[in-house]
Amino acid sequence: MSRDTSHEALRAEQVTIPRGHAFSRLPWIGVGIGTLGLAVSLVLRSGNPKQFAFSWLVAFLFFLSLALGALFFVLIHFATQAGWGIVVRRLAENTMGTLPLFALLFVPVTLGMGELFPWIHGIAEGNDHVLNGKAPYLNTSFFVGRAVAYFACWSAIAMFYVQRSRTQDATASHSISANLRRFSGPAIIVLALTQTFAAVDWIMSLNPYWYSTIFGVYWFAGSFVSFFAFLTLMVLILRRAKLMAGAVGTEHFHDLGKLLFAFTVFWAYIGFSQYFLIWYGNIPEETIFFRARAVGSWGSVSLLLAAAHFVIPFFFFMPRTVKRHPGLLAIGATWLIAMHGVDLYWLVMPALHPEGISIGALDVATFLAVGGFFFAAVSFLMLGSPLVPVGDPRLPESLSFENF
Amino acid sequence: MPLYGVLAEFKTPAALYAACERVRDAGYTRWDAHSPFPVHGLDGAMGMRRSRLPWIILVCALGGAVTGFVLQAWVHKVAYPLIISGKPYFAWPAYVPITFELGVLGGALAAVFGMFGLNQLPRHHHPLFDATRFGRFSDDAFFISIESADPRFDATATARLLSGVGASQVELVEDNS
Repeated sequence: MSRDTSHEALRAEQVTIPRGHAFSRLPWIGVGIGTLGLAVSLVLRSGNPKQFAFSWLVAFLFFLSLALGALFFVLIHFATQAGWGIVVRRLAENTMGTLPLFALLFVPVTLGMGELFPWIHGIAEGNDHVLNGKAPYLNTSFFVGRAVAYFACWSAIAMFYVQRSRTQDATASHSISANLRRFSGPAIIVLALTQTFAAVDWIMSLNPYWYSTIFGVYWFAGSFVSFFAFLTLMVLILRRAKLMAGAVGTEHFHDLGKLLFAFTVFWAYIGFSQYFLIWYGNIPEETIFFRARAVGSWGSVSLLLAAAHFVIPFFFFMPRTVKRHPGLLAIGATWLIAMHGVDLYWLVMPALHPEGISIGALDVATFLAVGGFFFAAVSFLMLGSPLVPVGDPRLPESLSFENF
Repeated sequence: MPLYGVLAEFKTPAALYAACERVRDAGYTRWDAHSPFPVHGLDGAMGMRRSRLPWIILVCALGGAVTGFVLQAWVHKVAYPLIISGKPYFAWPAYVPITFELGVLGGALAAVFGMFGLNQLPRHHHPLFDATRFGRFSDDAFFISIESADPRFDATATARLLSGVGASQVELVEDNS
Protein backbone atom coordinates (compact mmCIF):
# COMPACT_ATOMS: atom_id res chain seq x y z
CA MET A 1 0.00 0.00 0.00
CA SER A 2 1.19 3.49 -0.77
CA ARG A 3 2.35 5.41 2.28
CA ASP A 4 2.08 8.71 0.48
CA THR A 5 -0.12 11.03 2.52
CA SER A 6 0.27 14.02 0.23
CA HIS A 7 -2.31 12.77 -2.27
CA GLU A 8 -3.16 15.12 -5.01
CA ALA A 9 -6.93 15.17 -5.24
CA LEU A 10 -8.27 13.25 -8.21
CA ARG A 11 -8.77 14.88 -11.55
CA ALA A 12 -12.30 14.57 -12.93
CA GLU A 13 -11.29 12.79 -16.13
CA GLN A 14 -9.59 10.01 -14.13
CA VAL A 15 -12.91 8.91 -12.69
CA THR A 16 -15.33 9.75 -15.49
CA ILE A 17 -16.74 7.02 -17.71
CA PRO A 18 -15.22 7.88 -21.09
CA ARG A 19 -17.39 8.60 -24.11
CA GLY A 20 -17.93 5.43 -26.13
CA HIS A 21 -17.15 3.15 -23.15
CA ALA A 22 -19.20 -0.06 -23.10
CA PHE A 23 -21.01 1.32 -20.02
CA SER A 24 -22.48 4.20 -22.02
CA ARG A 25 -24.95 1.70 -23.47
CA LEU A 26 -26.23 0.71 -20.01
CA PRO A 27 -29.12 3.23 -19.86
CA TRP A 28 -30.47 1.88 -23.15
CA ILE A 29 -30.16 -1.71 -21.95
CA GLY A 30 -32.06 -0.68 -18.81
CA VAL A 31 -34.78 1.05 -20.82
CA GLY A 32 -35.01 -2.05 -23.04
CA ILE A 33 -35.43 -4.42 -20.10
CA GLY A 34 -37.88 -2.03 -18.43
CA THR A 35 -40.01 -1.64 -21.55
CA LEU A 36 -40.07 -5.38 -22.16
CA GLY A 37 -41.01 -6.04 -18.54
CA LEU A 38 -43.68 -3.35 -18.63
CA ALA A 39 -45.17 -4.72 -21.87
CA VAL A 40 -45.33 -8.28 -20.53
CA SER A 41 -46.76 -7.02 -17.21
CA LEU A 42 -49.51 -5.07 -18.98
CA VAL A 43 -50.40 -8.05 -21.17
CA LEU A 44 -50.60 -10.35 -18.15
CA ARG A 45 -52.44 -7.71 -16.12
CA SER A 46 -55.69 -8.18 -18.03
CA GLY A 47 -55.82 -11.78 -16.81
CA ASN A 48 -55.12 -10.97 -13.16
CA PRO A 49 -55.18 -7.27 -12.20
CA LYS A 50 -54.95 -8.09 -8.49
CA GLN A 51 -51.75 -10.10 -8.91
CA PHE A 52 -50.35 -7.31 -11.10
CA ALA A 53 -50.95 -4.69 -8.41
CA PHE A 54 -49.32 -6.76 -5.66
CA SER A 55 -46.35 -7.84 -7.78
CA TRP A 56 -45.79 -4.25 -8.88
CA LEU A 57 -45.93 -3.05 -5.28
CA VAL A 58 -43.22 -5.53 -4.21
CA ALA A 59 -40.94 -4.55 -7.10
CA PHE A 60 -41.62 -0.85 -6.53
CA LEU A 61 -40.81 -1.08 -2.81
CA PHE A 62 -37.69 -3.13 -3.48
CA PHE A 63 -36.04 -0.55 -5.72
CA LEU A 64 -37.43 2.40 -3.76
CA SER A 65 -35.67 0.92 -0.71
CA LEU A 66 -32.34 1.29 -2.49
CA ALA A 67 -33.01 4.92 -3.40
CA LEU A 68 -34.26 5.90 0.07
CA GLY A 69 -31.34 4.09 1.70
CA ALA A 70 -29.02 6.12 -0.53
CA LEU A 71 -30.77 9.36 0.45
CA PHE A 72 -30.36 8.58 4.14
CA PHE A 73 -26.72 7.62 3.62
CA VAL A 74 -25.87 10.91 1.89
CA LEU A 75 -27.70 12.96 4.55
CA ILE A 76 -26.08 11.16 7.47
CA HIS A 77 -22.77 11.50 5.66
CA PHE A 78 -23.05 15.29 5.69
CA ALA A 79 -24.59 15.46 9.16
CA THR A 80 -21.70 13.53 10.71
CA GLN A 81 -19.05 15.10 8.43
CA ALA A 82 -17.90 11.58 7.58
CA GLY A 83 -14.49 11.48 5.95
CA TRP A 84 -13.97 7.87 4.92
CA GLY A 85 -16.87 7.58 2.49
CA ILE A 86 -16.49 10.65 0.29
CA VAL A 87 -15.08 8.44 -2.48
CA VAL A 88 -18.32 6.43 -2.61
CA ARG A 89 -20.73 9.32 -1.96
CA ARG A 90 -21.30 10.12 -5.63
CA LEU A 91 -22.52 6.57 -6.27
CA ALA A 92 -25.05 7.01 -3.46
CA GLU A 93 -26.07 10.37 -4.95
CA ASN A 94 -26.65 8.70 -8.32
CA THR A 95 -28.83 6.08 -6.62
CA MET A 96 -30.96 8.65 -4.78
CA GLY A 97 -31.17 10.78 -7.93
CA THR A 98 -33.68 8.22 -9.24
CA LEU A 99 -36.28 9.27 -6.65
CA PRO A 100 -38.28 11.52 -9.04
CA LEU A 101 -38.66 8.48 -11.32
CA PHE A 102 -40.40 6.61 -8.50
CA ALA A 103 -43.21 9.17 -8.50
CA LEU A 104 -43.91 7.90 -12.02
CA LEU A 105 -43.48 4.25 -11.04
CA PHE A 106 -46.02 4.82 -8.25
CA VAL A 107 -48.82 5.44 -10.79
CA PRO A 108 -49.69 1.70 -11.14
CA VAL A 109 -49.97 1.50 -7.34
CA THR A 110 -52.43 4.41 -7.32
CA LEU A 111 -54.43 2.86 -10.16
CA GLY A 112 -54.42 -0.51 -8.38
CA MET A 113 -55.49 0.87 -5.00
CA GLY A 114 -58.83 -0.86 -5.17
CA GLU A 115 -57.08 -4.20 -5.67
CA LEU A 116 -54.44 -3.63 -3.00
CA PHE A 117 -56.06 -1.99 0.00
CA PRO A 118 -59.11 -3.62 1.60
CA TRP A 119 -59.92 -0.45 3.56
CA ILE A 120 -61.22 1.20 0.39
CA HIS A 121 -64.16 -1.23 0.14
CA GLY A 122 -64.53 -1.56 3.92
CA ILE A 123 -65.04 2.15 4.35
CA ALA A 124 -67.27 2.38 1.29
CA GLU A 125 -69.61 -0.22 2.78
CA GLY A 126 -69.70 1.85 5.95
CA ASN A 127 -70.57 -0.83 8.51
CA ASP A 128 -67.07 -1.75 9.72
CA HIS A 129 -66.50 -0.08 13.07
CA VAL A 130 -62.68 -0.34 13.03
CA LEU A 131 -62.33 0.96 9.48
CA ASN A 132 -64.81 3.78 10.12
CA GLY A 133 -62.57 4.87 12.98
CA LYS A 134 -59.54 4.91 10.71
CA ALA A 135 -61.34 6.60 7.81
CA PRO A 136 -60.04 10.12 8.54
CA TYR A 137 -56.54 8.80 7.76
CA LEU A 138 -57.23 5.89 5.42
CA ASN A 139 -59.18 7.46 2.58
CA THR A 140 -58.35 7.69 -1.08
CA SER A 141 -57.79 11.43 -1.46
CA PHE A 142 -55.65 11.78 1.67
CA PHE A 143 -53.71 8.66 0.67
CA VAL A 144 -52.86 10.07 -2.75
CA GLY A 145 -52.15 13.50 -1.24
CA ARG A 146 -49.68 11.99 1.21
CA ALA A 147 -47.95 10.04 -1.55
CA VAL A 148 -47.55 13.26 -3.54
CA ALA A 149 -46.06 14.93 -0.46
CA TYR A 150 -43.61 12.06 0.11
CA PHE A 151 -42.36 12.14 -3.46
CA ALA A 152 -42.15 15.93 -3.40
CA CYS A 153 -40.00 15.87 -0.24
CA TRP A 154 -37.77 13.02 -1.40
CA SER A 155 -37.26 14.39 -4.91
CA ALA A 156 -36.58 17.92 -3.68
CA ILE A 157 -33.99 16.83 -1.11
CA ALA A 158 -32.35 14.35 -3.48
CA MET A 159 -32.14 16.73 -6.45
CA PHE A 160 -30.85 19.58 -4.26
CA TYR A 161 -27.99 17.43 -2.95
CA VAL A 162 -27.22 15.91 -6.37
CA GLN A 163 -27.16 19.32 -8.03
CA ARG A 164 -25.07 21.07 -5.36
CA SER A 165 -22.59 18.21 -5.18
CA ARG A 166 -22.09 18.32 -8.95
CA THR A 167 -21.62 22.07 -8.85
CA GLN A 168 -18.86 21.50 -6.31
CA ASP A 169 -17.00 19.27 -8.81
CA ALA A 170 -16.14 22.40 -10.77
CA THR A 171 -15.93 25.05 -8.05
CA ALA A 172 -14.45 22.99 -5.14
CA SER A 173 -16.24 25.49 -2.91
CA HIS A 174 -16.13 24.96 0.86
CA SER A 175 -19.38 26.84 1.32
CA ILE A 176 -21.30 24.13 -0.57
CA SER A 177 -20.13 21.50 1.94
CA ALA A 178 -21.08 23.76 4.83
CA ASN A 179 -24.45 24.50 3.27
CA LEU A 180 -25.29 20.85 2.63
CA ARG A 181 -24.25 19.99 6.17
CA ARG A 182 -26.59 22.65 7.57
CA PHE A 183 -29.57 21.25 5.64
CA SER A 184 -28.81 17.61 6.42
CA GLY A 185 -30.20 17.60 9.98
CA PRO A 186 -33.68 18.90 9.15
CA ALA A 187 -33.71 16.78 5.97
CA ILE A 188 -33.11 13.61 8.02
CA ILE A 189 -36.15 14.47 10.16
CA VAL A 190 -38.27 14.97 7.05
CA LEU A 191 -37.01 11.68 5.58
CA ALA A 192 -37.62 9.73 8.80
CA LEU A 193 -41.20 10.98 9.05
CA THR A 194 -42.08 10.51 5.37
CA GLN A 195 -40.55 7.04 5.15
CA THR A 196 -42.37 5.97 8.33
CA PHE A 197 -45.73 7.20 7.03
CA ALA A 198 -45.01 5.67 3.62
CA ALA A 199 -44.43 2.29 5.30
CA VAL A 200 -47.74 2.65 7.11
CA ASP A 201 -49.58 3.68 3.94
CA TRP A 202 -48.13 1.27 1.43
CA ILE A 203 -47.35 -1.87 3.42
CA MET A 204 -49.08 -1.81 6.80
CA SER A 205 -52.46 -0.72 5.44
CA LEU A 206 -52.57 -3.85 3.26
CA ASN A 207 -54.12 -5.23 6.43
CA PRO A 208 -55.92 -2.18 7.86
CA TYR A 209 -56.90 -3.94 11.11
CA TRP A 210 -53.27 -4.49 12.08
CA TYR A 211 -50.82 -1.98 13.43
CA SER A 212 -47.27 -1.96 14.75
CA THR A 213 -45.61 1.23 15.93
CA ILE A 214 -42.12 0.03 15.00
CA PHE A 215 -43.07 -0.87 11.44
CA GLY A 216 -41.56 2.20 9.74
CA VAL A 217 -38.19 1.51 11.33
CA TYR A 218 -38.39 -2.09 10.17
CA TRP A 219 -38.70 -1.05 6.54
CA PHE A 220 -36.00 1.58 7.00
CA ALA A 221 -33.61 -0.98 8.52
CA GLY A 222 -34.13 -3.36 5.60
CA SER A 223 -33.77 -0.59 3.04
CA PHE A 224 -30.49 0.57 4.57
CA VAL A 225 -29.03 -2.96 4.50
CA SER A 226 -29.99 -3.45 0.88
CA PHE A 227 -28.64 -0.02 -0.08
CA PHE A 228 -25.23 -0.80 1.46
CA ALA A 229 -25.19 -4.10 -0.38
CA PHE A 230 -26.07 -2.28 -3.62
CA LEU A 231 -23.40 0.38 -3.02
CA THR A 232 -20.80 -2.32 -2.37
CA LEU A 233 -21.68 -4.08 -5.61
CA MET A 234 -21.55 -0.81 -7.59
CA VAL A 235 -18.12 -0.01 -6.16
CA LEU A 236 -16.80 -3.50 -6.89
CA ILE A 237 -18.09 -3.50 -10.48
CA LEU A 238 -16.79 0.00 -11.29
CA ARG A 239 -13.43 -0.80 -9.73
CA ARG A 240 -13.18 -4.01 -11.70
CA ALA A 241 -13.91 -2.01 -14.86
CA LYS A 242 -10.95 0.22 -13.86
CA LEU A 243 -13.12 3.34 -13.71
CA MET A 244 -12.35 4.37 -10.11
CA ALA A 245 -8.65 5.19 -10.69
CA GLY A 246 -7.62 3.48 -7.46
CA ALA A 247 -9.73 5.90 -5.40
CA VAL A 248 -11.51 3.03 -3.67
CA GLY A 249 -9.52 0.28 -2.00
CA THR A 250 -9.43 -2.36 0.68
CA GLU A 251 -9.89 0.17 3.48
CA HIS A 252 -13.18 1.39 1.99
CA PHE A 253 -14.39 -2.17 1.43
CA HIS A 254 -13.64 -2.85 5.07
CA ASP A 255 -15.90 0.02 6.14
CA LEU A 256 -18.69 -0.99 3.78
CA GLY A 257 -18.44 -4.51 5.18
CA LYS A 258 -18.66 -3.19 8.73
CA LEU A 259 -21.76 -1.18 7.86
CA LEU A 260 -23.35 -4.21 6.17
CA PHE A 261 -22.64 -6.23 9.29
CA ALA A 262 -23.93 -3.52 11.64
CA PHE A 263 -27.18 -2.90 9.79
CA THR A 264 -27.85 -6.61 9.39
CA VAL A 265 -27.77 -6.73 13.19
CA PHE A 266 -29.92 -3.58 13.36
CA TRP A 267 -32.53 -5.14 11.04
CA ALA A 268 -32.65 -8.27 13.21
CA TYR A 269 -32.88 -6.16 16.36
CA ILE A 270 -35.86 -4.22 15.01
CA GLY A 271 -37.49 -7.31 13.50
CA PHE A 272 -37.22 -9.24 16.74
CA SER A 273 -38.40 -6.26 18.82
CA GLN A 274 -41.55 -6.16 16.71
CA TYR A 275 -42.13 -9.89 17.01
CA PHE A 276 -41.25 -10.03 20.70
CA LEU A 277 -43.72 -7.38 21.90
CA ILE A 278 -46.53 -8.74 19.77
CA TRP A 279 -45.82 -12.28 21.00
CA TYR A 280 -45.75 -11.12 24.62
CA GLY A 281 -48.88 -9.01 24.44
CA ASN A 282 -50.74 -11.73 22.52
CA ILE A 283 -53.58 -9.40 21.50
CA PRO A 284 -55.48 -10.68 18.42
CA GLU A 285 -55.45 -7.36 16.54
CA GLU A 286 -51.64 -7.38 16.75
CA THR A 287 -50.94 -11.09 16.33
CA ILE A 288 -52.88 -11.43 13.04
CA PHE A 289 -49.77 -10.25 11.20
CA PHE A 290 -47.56 -13.08 12.48
CA ARG A 291 -50.42 -15.57 12.46
CA ALA A 292 -50.70 -15.03 8.70
CA ARG A 293 -46.94 -15.56 8.36
CA ALA A 294 -46.81 -18.71 10.48
CA VAL A 295 -49.15 -20.88 8.40
CA GLY A 296 -48.38 -22.86 5.25
CA SER A 297 -45.23 -22.06 3.34
CA TRP A 298 -45.16 -18.54 4.89
CA GLY A 299 -43.89 -20.17 8.09
CA SER A 300 -40.89 -21.49 6.17
CA VAL A 301 -40.26 -18.03 4.70
CA SER A 302 -40.33 -16.54 8.21
CA LEU A 303 -37.70 -19.03 9.36
CA LEU A 304 -35.69 -18.44 6.19
CA LEU A 305 -35.61 -14.71 6.96
CA ALA A 306 -34.40 -15.27 10.52
CA ALA A 307 -31.66 -17.62 9.34
CA ALA A 308 -30.62 -16.10 6.01
CA HIS A 309 -31.22 -12.38 6.67
CA PHE A 310 -29.54 -12.51 10.09
CA VAL A 311 -27.78 -15.62 11.43
CA ILE A 312 -25.84 -16.58 8.28
CA PRO A 313 -24.73 -13.02 7.29
CA PHE A 314 -23.96 -12.27 10.96
CA PHE A 315 -21.27 -14.95 11.10
CA PHE A 316 -20.29 -14.49 7.46
CA PHE A 317 -19.46 -10.79 7.83
CA MET A 318 -17.81 -11.14 11.24
CA PRO A 319 -14.20 -11.94 10.19
CA ARG A 320 -12.02 -9.05 9.07
CA THR A 321 -10.77 -11.12 6.14
CA VAL A 322 -14.24 -11.27 4.55
CA LYS A 323 -14.76 -7.51 4.79
CA ARG A 324 -11.44 -6.88 3.05
CA HIS A 325 -11.89 -9.48 0.30
CA PRO A 326 -13.73 -8.13 -2.79
CA GLY A 327 -15.00 -11.53 -3.96
CA LEU A 328 -16.41 -12.61 -0.60
CA LEU A 329 -17.86 -9.14 -0.03
CA ALA A 330 -19.64 -9.35 -3.39
CA ILE A 331 -21.15 -12.72 -2.46
CA GLY A 332 -22.37 -11.38 0.90
CA ALA A 333 -23.80 -8.20 -0.65
CA THR A 334 -25.68 -10.12 -3.36
CA TRP A 335 -27.04 -12.45 -0.71
CA LEU A 336 -28.35 -9.58 1.43
CA ILE A 337 -29.99 -7.80 -1.51
CA ALA A 338 -31.79 -11.03 -2.37
CA MET A 339 -32.87 -11.41 1.25
CA HIS A 340 -34.30 -7.89 1.27
CA GLY A 341 -36.40 -8.94 -1.73
CA VAL A 342 -37.63 -11.98 0.23
CA ASP A 343 -38.37 -9.69 3.20
CA LEU A 344 -40.57 -7.36 1.12
CA TYR A 345 -42.31 -10.29 -0.57
CA TRP A 346 -43.00 -11.71 2.91
CA LEU A 347 -44.38 -8.33 4.07
CA VAL A 348 -46.70 -7.79 1.12
CA MET A 349 -47.77 -11.09 -0.41
CA PRO A 350 -49.55 -12.90 2.45
CA ALA A 351 -52.29 -10.30 1.95
CA LEU A 352 -52.91 -11.71 -1.54
CA HIS A 353 -51.95 -15.36 -1.10
CA PRO A 354 -52.81 -16.30 2.50
CA GLU A 355 -52.45 -19.98 1.65
CA GLY A 356 -48.73 -19.79 0.79
CA ILE A 357 -46.08 -18.58 -1.61
CA SER A 358 -47.12 -18.37 -5.23
CA ILE A 359 -44.52 -16.88 -7.53
CA GLY A 360 -45.69 -16.29 -11.08
CA ALA A 361 -44.71 -14.63 -14.34
CA LEU A 362 -46.11 -11.30 -13.14
CA ASP A 363 -43.66 -11.20 -10.22
CA VAL A 364 -40.78 -11.56 -12.66
CA ALA A 365 -42.19 -9.17 -15.27
CA THR A 366 -42.94 -6.34 -12.82
CA PHE A 367 -39.52 -6.80 -11.23
CA LEU A 368 -37.88 -6.40 -14.64
CA ALA A 369 -40.09 -3.40 -15.45
CA VAL A 370 -39.31 -1.41 -12.29
CA GLY A 371 -35.74 -2.70 -12.10
CA GLY A 372 -35.01 -1.91 -15.76
CA PHE A 373 -36.09 1.72 -15.45
CA PHE A 374 -34.31 2.11 -12.11
CA PHE A 375 -31.13 0.63 -13.59
CA ALA A 376 -31.43 2.92 -16.62
CA ALA A 377 -31.79 5.99 -14.39
CA VAL A 378 -28.84 5.07 -12.13
CA SER A 379 -26.52 4.36 -15.05
CA PHE A 380 -27.68 7.51 -16.85
CA LEU A 381 -26.71 9.58 -13.81
CA MET A 382 -23.36 7.74 -13.60
CA LEU A 383 -22.51 8.86 -17.14
CA GLY A 384 -23.32 12.49 -16.39
CA SER A 385 -20.63 13.25 -13.82
CA PRO A 386 -17.35 11.95 -12.36
CA LEU A 387 -17.86 8.81 -10.25
CA VAL A 388 -16.16 10.49 -7.28
CA PRO A 389 -17.00 14.00 -5.97
CA VAL A 390 -13.66 15.40 -7.15
CA GLY A 391 -14.44 18.91 -5.86
CA ASP A 392 -15.03 17.92 -2.24
CA PRO A 393 -12.43 19.75 -0.15
CA ARG A 394 -12.05 16.73 2.13
CA LEU A 395 -11.53 14.19 -0.66
CA PRO A 396 -7.81 13.63 0.20
CA GLU A 397 -8.88 12.50 3.67
CA SER A 398 -11.12 9.85 2.13
CA LEU A 399 -8.48 8.77 -0.39
CA SER A 400 -5.84 8.11 2.27
CA PHE A 401 -8.29 6.69 4.80
CA GLU A 402 -7.06 3.72 6.83
CA ASN A 403 -8.66 1.42 9.39
CA PHE A 404 -6.76 0.61 12.55
CA MET B 1 22.33 -7.95 37.66
CA PRO B 2 20.52 -9.44 34.63
CA LEU B 3 20.21 -7.46 31.44
CA TYR B 4 16.68 -6.50 30.31
CA GLY B 5 17.68 -5.42 26.82
CA VAL B 6 18.74 -2.53 24.62
CA LEU B 7 16.95 0.80 24.27
CA ALA B 8 17.50 3.03 21.24
CA GLU B 9 16.22 6.59 20.80
CA PHE B 10 15.13 8.15 17.49
CA LYS B 11 14.49 11.80 16.70
CA THR B 12 11.56 11.53 14.28
CA PRO B 13 8.66 9.18 13.56
CA ALA B 14 10.11 8.60 10.07
CA ALA B 15 13.41 7.43 11.57
CA LEU B 16 11.52 5.17 13.97
CA TYR B 17 9.47 3.76 11.10
CA ALA B 18 12.54 3.01 8.97
CA ALA B 19 14.38 1.48 11.94
CA CYS B 20 11.43 -0.77 12.77
CA GLU B 21 11.52 -2.19 9.25
CA ARG B 22 15.24 -3.00 9.64
CA VAL B 23 14.78 -4.60 13.07
CA ARG B 24 11.86 -6.63 11.70
CA ASP B 25 13.94 -7.77 8.73
CA ALA B 26 16.81 -8.72 11.05
CA GLY B 27 14.45 -11.34 12.47
CA TYR B 28 13.88 -10.06 16.02
CA THR B 29 10.63 -11.15 17.65
CA ARG B 30 10.72 -9.88 21.28
CA TRP B 31 10.92 -6.15 20.87
CA ASP B 32 8.69 -3.08 20.88
CA ALA B 33 8.44 0.48 19.56
CA HIS B 34 7.43 3.44 21.75
CA SER B 35 5.96 6.68 20.44
CA PRO B 36 4.04 9.61 21.99
CA PHE B 37 1.34 9.23 19.34
CA PRO B 38 0.11 6.53 16.92
CA VAL B 39 2.30 6.28 13.81
CA HIS B 40 0.30 5.17 10.77
CA GLY B 41 1.41 1.80 9.45
CA LEU B 42 3.92 1.16 12.25
CA ASP B 43 2.30 -2.21 12.95
CA GLY B 44 3.18 -3.24 9.39
CA ALA B 45 6.73 -1.90 9.71
CA MET B 46 7.12 -3.92 12.89
CA GLY B 47 5.76 -7.04 11.19
CA MET B 48 3.11 -7.47 13.86
CA ARG B 49 0.62 -10.24 13.39
CA ARG B 50 -3.10 -9.81 14.10
CA SER B 51 -4.03 -9.99 17.75
CA ARG B 52 -5.58 -13.17 19.14
CA LEU B 53 -8.04 -10.99 21.09
CA PRO B 54 -10.97 -11.32 18.60
CA TRP B 55 -11.02 -15.09 19.08
CA ILE B 56 -11.04 -14.74 22.86
CA ILE B 57 -13.93 -12.27 22.55
CA LEU B 58 -15.87 -14.55 20.20
CA VAL B 59 -15.57 -17.55 22.51
CA CYS B 60 -16.56 -15.53 25.61
CA ALA B 61 -19.47 -13.82 23.82
CA LEU B 62 -20.86 -17.14 22.62
CA GLY B 63 -20.22 -18.60 26.07
CA GLY B 64 -22.15 -15.76 27.69
CA ALA B 65 -25.04 -16.14 25.26
CA VAL B 66 -25.25 -19.91 25.77
CA THR B 67 -25.08 -19.47 29.54
CA GLY B 68 -27.88 -16.90 29.46
CA PHE B 69 -30.13 -19.07 27.32
CA VAL B 70 -29.51 -22.34 29.12
CA LEU B 71 -29.93 -20.74 32.54
CA GLN B 72 -33.38 -19.38 31.67
CA ALA B 73 -34.51 -22.48 29.82
CA TRP B 74 -33.41 -24.72 32.69
CA VAL B 75 -35.06 -22.57 35.36
CA HIS B 76 -38.38 -22.24 33.52
CA LYS B 77 -38.64 -25.70 32.05
CA VAL B 78 -36.91 -27.96 34.60
CA ALA B 79 -36.13 -26.42 37.96
CA TYR B 80 -39.15 -24.23 38.62
CA PRO B 81 -41.89 -24.62 36.00
CA LEU B 82 -44.38 -21.79 36.31
CA ILE B 83 -47.02 -20.58 33.90
CA ILE B 84 -46.40 -16.90 33.17
CA SER B 85 -49.04 -14.98 31.18
CA GLY B 86 -50.22 -18.15 29.46
CA LYS B 87 -46.93 -18.85 27.74
CA PRO B 88 -45.43 -22.35 27.41
CA TYR B 89 -42.74 -23.35 29.90
CA PHE B 90 -40.12 -23.23 27.20
CA ALA B 91 -40.92 -19.68 25.96
CA TRP B 92 -37.76 -19.02 23.95
CA PRO B 93 -38.60 -15.49 22.69
CA ALA B 94 -38.67 -14.31 26.30
CA TYR B 95 -35.11 -15.55 26.78
CA VAL B 96 -33.64 -13.59 23.88
CA PRO B 97 -33.02 -10.22 25.63
CA ILE B 98 -31.08 -11.83 28.52
CA THR B 99 -29.25 -14.13 26.08
CA PHE B 100 -28.25 -11.09 24.05
CA GLU B 101 -27.19 -9.11 27.13
CA LEU B 102 -25.05 -11.90 28.55
CA GLY B 103 -23.48 -12.38 25.12
CA VAL B 104 -22.56 -8.68 25.03
CA LEU B 105 -21.36 -8.83 28.65
CA GLY B 106 -19.16 -11.84 27.96
CA GLY B 107 -17.71 -10.20 24.86
CA ALA B 108 -17.12 -6.85 26.56
CA LEU B 109 -15.45 -8.32 29.63
CA ALA B 110 -13.31 -10.57 27.43
CA ALA B 111 -12.29 -7.55 25.35
CA VAL B 112 -11.17 -5.52 28.38
CA PHE B 113 -9.57 -8.25 30.47
CA GLY B 114 -8.24 -10.15 27.47
CA MET B 115 -6.50 -6.95 26.38
CA PHE B 116 -5.01 -6.56 29.87
CA GLY B 117 -3.95 -10.19 29.91
CA LEU B 118 -2.31 -10.18 26.49
CA ASN B 119 -0.47 -6.96 27.42
CA GLN B 120 0.61 -8.56 30.74
CA LEU B 121 -1.08 -5.78 32.67
CA PRO B 122 -1.45 -4.63 35.36
CA ARG B 123 2.13 -4.56 36.59
CA HIS B 124 3.80 -2.34 39.17
CA HIS B 125 6.98 -1.64 37.35
CA HIS B 126 8.77 -2.18 34.07
CA PRO B 127 12.55 -2.41 33.64
CA LEU B 128 12.41 0.24 30.89
CA PHE B 129 11.28 2.83 33.44
CA ASP B 130 14.79 2.67 34.93
CA ALA B 131 16.29 3.99 31.71
CA THR B 132 16.86 7.70 32.25
CA ARG B 133 15.78 8.90 28.80
CA PHE B 134 12.74 6.63 28.51
CA GLY B 135 10.33 9.04 30.23
CA ARG B 136 10.29 11.15 27.09
CA PHE B 137 8.47 8.40 25.13
CA SER B 138 5.27 10.18 26.21
CA ASP B 139 6.61 13.60 25.23
CA ASP B 140 8.86 14.10 22.21
CA ALA B 141 11.08 11.04 21.71
CA PHE B 142 10.73 7.72 19.86
CA PHE B 143 12.24 4.46 21.08
CA ILE B 144 12.85 0.87 20.11
CA SER B 145 13.53 -1.64 22.86
CA ILE B 146 14.83 -5.15 22.15
CA GLU B 147 14.64 -7.69 24.97
CA SER B 148 17.54 -9.89 25.97
CA ALA B 149 15.06 -12.78 25.93
CA ASP B 150 14.99 -12.56 22.14
CA PRO B 151 16.77 -15.60 20.63
CA ARG B 152 18.77 -13.33 18.31
CA PHE B 153 19.80 -10.96 21.08
CA ASP B 154 23.47 -10.20 21.57
CA ALA B 155 24.29 -7.08 23.59
CA THR B 156 27.05 -5.83 21.28
CA ALA B 157 25.59 -6.90 17.94
CA THR B 158 22.09 -5.66 18.74
CA ALA B 159 23.37 -2.32 19.96
CA ARG B 160 25.43 -2.00 16.79
CA LEU B 161 22.39 -2.81 14.65
CA LEU B 162 20.35 -0.08 16.34
CA SER B 163 23.10 2.49 15.93
CA GLY B 164 23.36 1.49 12.30
CA VAL B 165 19.66 2.14 11.59
CA GLY B 166 19.75 5.75 12.72
CA ALA B 167 19.41 5.71 16.53
CA SER B 168 20.68 8.89 18.15
CA GLN B 169 21.32 7.17 21.50
CA VAL B 170 21.64 3.48 22.40
CA GLU B 171 21.81 2.24 26.00
CA LEU B 172 21.70 -1.08 27.81
CA VAL B 173 18.88 -1.46 30.33
CA GLU B 174 19.23 -3.65 33.41
CA ASP B 175 16.43 -5.62 35.03
CA ASN B 176 16.25 -4.59 38.70
CA SER B 177 12.97 -6.27 39.50
